[in-house]
Amino acid sequence: MCQVDEDYIDAQLETKAGLRDCFKEYFVHKFRAMLGKNRLIFPGEKVLLSVSGGPASSALLSQVQEGLSPETPKKLRFVPGIIYVDEGAACGQSLEERGEIKSQLETIFRASGFPFYVVHLEAVFSLPSSVLQCASSASDRRNESYKEAVDGFIQSACSETQRETGQGSNSYTEVQTLLSELSTQEWSGEVGIVTNKSQPFTPEQTEAVRTLLASVKTLTAREELLKTLRQHLILHTARVRGYSKVMMGDSCSRLAVKLLTNISLGRGAFLAMDTGFSDPRYGDIAIVRPMREYSSKEIAFYNRMFKVPSVFTSALDTKAPEKASIHRLTESFISKLQADFPSTVSTIYRTSEKLNTACPRPIADGELTEKCLLCLCALDTGAGERHHSSHS
Amino acid sequence: MRMTSCQETEEEPRFCNVAVRRPPRYRAKMAAPIDLHLEFGGGAELLFGGVKDHHVKLPSQSEPWNVKQLLAWIKTNLLRERPELFIQGDTVRPGILVLINDADWELMGELDYMLEDQDNVVFISTLHGG
Repeated sequence: MCQVDEDYIDAQLETKAGLRDCFKEYFVHKFRAMLGKNRLIFPGEKVLLSVSGGPASSALLSQVQEGLSPETPKKLRFVPGIIYVDEGAACGQSLEERGEIKSQLETIFRASGFPFYVVHLEAVFSLPSSVLQCASSASDRRNESYKEAVDGFIQSACSETQRETGQGSNSYTEVQTLLSELSTQEWSGEVGIVTNKSQPFTPEQTEAVRTLLASVKTLTAREELLKTLRQHLILHTARVRGYSKVMMGDSCSRLAVKLLTNISLGRGAFLAMDTGFSDPRYGDIAIVRPMREYSSKEIAFYNRMFKVPSVFTSALDTKAPEKASIHRLTESFISKLQADFPSTVSTIYRTSEKLNTACPRPIADGELTEKCLLCLCALDTGAGERHHSSHS
Repeated sequence: MRMTSCQETEEEPRFCNVAVRRPPRYRAKMAAPIDLHLEFGGGAELLFGGVKDHHVKLPSQSEPWNVKQLLAWIKTNLLRERPELFIQGDTVRPGILVLINDADWELMGELDYMLEDQDNVVFISTLHGG
C-alpha cells in the first residue's frame, strides 16, 4: 500500500500547483493517523523529539511544528522539547566543525520555539547508573482503555503539581525524581537559550570517548555501542527534564534495514521492540516512532518541496566501503533490491507490523527476569532443548 | 566538406581555398552548449568537495545531451572521490534520488531524458553515508 500511494503521488507530481498541496495533505494525514491509531500520547504530555539534523528527524520536527500551530484544525496536544546528541567526538570531527553544525541546528531549533537540549557524547561518563535500570511504569496500562489511561495521566500530573506545593504524593513521580537525583556528579547537559559555559566538555573527555570507540574492533560493534550510548543520553535527559515519551525519526526504509541488521546481530527476539511503533523497555519512558510509515524517498521529496531545513552530519560509516559493517551491507542490499523490486521495503515493513511487543511480565516476588545491562531487554541466551536421538 | 583540388581548377587558382559545402543532409546537427544548475544533497555533496550548488555549462556536441551522458560528464569533471558511491555502471547508485525540475526522473524518462537549457537537476542521497 505504501508503494501504491507512492506511485500515485509520483504520477501526480507532474503538474505541481494543486498537487503539491495534495502531497502535503497525504503526508500530514499519515503522521496524524499514526499518532491517532496508536493512542499513546496523552494531551498535555511532555514529549522529547530526538533530532539528529538528518532528513527524517527534520521532517518530524516540521510535522510537530505544523501540528501545534494555532491555525491547524484539531491541533496536537502534547508539549514538545528537542534533544540533539552531538556525536562529533566519535566521528573524529574537529571542534570548529562541531561548533558549526551545532550553530546551524540551534538556528533551526530556535525557529521552532520549543525548548531544546544539546547533549555531547562526552557526557556519557557522568551518567548515573540509573540509566541501566528499568523503572516500573506508573500503572499497568495494558487493559485500560484510552480514556482511562488519559484520566490516569492527568491525575498523576495534578498530584505532581500538588507535591511540588507540598501536598500529596505520588509514587510514580517520586521514582522519577529519585532516579534523576541519583547522579553523583552534576549533570552537565547544556540547556537551550541560556548557555554560559563556553565548553561543556574537556579535551580529555573527548579523548576518552575516542579511545573507548577505538578499542572496539569492528565497525558493526562500534555502531552498536554508539547507538547504545546515544540512547542512554537521551533517556537520562528525558528523565531529568521530566519527559515521559521520546519520539525518534526512524523512517520505513531505515527500520527495514534495522530489522534485517538486528536479525544478523542476534537480536531477533527483540525485533518488535527495536522496530515497532512503541518501545516500552525502559518502563517510565516510552520510545515512539511516528515516522515509521514514510519511505526515505517520500521524506526527501517533502523536505525538498516544502524547504524543510536539515543539516547533514557525518556518521561513523560515512564513505565507508560497502562491506565495512553489517548495517552498511544490509542497507546496500535493500537499496539495490528496492531499485528492481519497489515493494521490498514495504513488504519488510508489513512483516514487522505483525510483530507485537510482548508486554513486560510483572515481576513476581522472588523472581527476577534477567535483563541485558546495556539494552535492557530480557536475556535470550537459553539454548533450546535439544532432541537427543537415542541409539539403542 | 570537400575541398576542390587546385589541380582541377587550374585556370582559376585563386578559388582553391574555397570550401565546397555538402548538401545539408550530410551534416550532423550541432547542439548548442547548455547551462545547468546541479544540486547535491543528503550527503552526496561530500563527494563534490562539500559544495551543494553547481552551475555548469555542458559543451556543445553533435547530439543533444541526455542524462546518461550528463552522469558520465559529472563523473569525469565534478566527482572528486569515491565514484562508486555515486555512480553504479551507467546510472546512479541505488538510494540516490534524482529530481529534474523538481519532478522525479522516473517520470521524465530516467537516463533517456534530453536535457534542456537552464534545467535544474538535483541529486539527493537517501542513504546513511555519502
